[in-house]
Amino acid sequence: MEQDKPDSTSDHTRASLERRLGQLRPRLLAFARLQLADAGQVEDMVQETLVSALESLEGFKGQAKFETWVFGILRHKLVDTIRRRGRDVVAEYDANELADIDDMFNPRAHWAVGAQPDVWRQPESSCERDHFWEAFDLCVFHLPRSSAQVFTMRELMGLETREICDSLAISEQNCWVILHRTRLKLRACLEAGWFSKAEVS
Amino acid sequence: MTMACKRATELMSLRIDRALTTMETASLRMHLLICPPCRRCADQLQMLHRIAVRRRHGEEDGDEAGGKEQRPTE
Repeated sequence: MEQDKPDSTSDHTRASLERRLGQLRPRLLAFARLQLADAGQVEDMVQETLVSALESLEGFKGQAKFETWVFGILRHKLVDTIRRRGRDVVAEYDANELADIDDMFNPRAHWAVGAQPDVWRQPESSCERDHFWEAFDLCVFHLPRSSAQVFTMRELMGLETREICDSLAISEQNCWVILHRTRLKLRACLEAGWFSKAEVS
Repeated sequence: MTMACKRATELMSLRIDRALTTMETASLRMHLLICPPCRRCADQLQMLHRIAVRRRHGEEDGDEAGGKEQRPTE
């Protein structure tokens, strides 16, 4: 599809975008499931996202990454729903699902051997590559569910910690603790899975 | 003796979510001066945050024509 003109919506482009849309569906579902308690609502919202994307394929000019654009539609729907209905709709927070970082530090609370942050071989620009967000998602979905939920609300959906604690009925202090642990886990996972690699595809 | 690394990482994360107090900023800065792994960690956490923000903005950029589709639907 890269060879098509940016504003072209030839049948070829359209068919190819539709196919990619179908391939994105499982990841959209996983993302929405992280946030919403009701499985039916998850299905509906992802369905609405796919329909919205299909209806505005003509408007997709290719300047943004297709995948990011589709995720953006879902993100807006999720943010709107959480802002309007908060506690009634979000997946329940479970304090037992907190990421554990004890093994990263020694008893004196300094970095444990092997857990020290390494020099990253991949530059920040490597994140523009198509596969970066797949590697990122893989790390996010390896986190305990509630940690992944709070992290994605904050960093991928852009909610403030105040809004997050309100909708999850946790204290802001608790929210900061969760984010701290989650960021350290994610940093380590992305270091191993992306940034310390000599070559990324 | 400055604070331990674990506390330093708490402050690195916290400053992404709220402004640090003067004391917090000073003690984090002192620690980073003497601790290379924490310096790397601080840079990397900031970078991961930047990437996420850029991704959200990237969504908006590609969105002009499809923008109306992103309003809530009842």
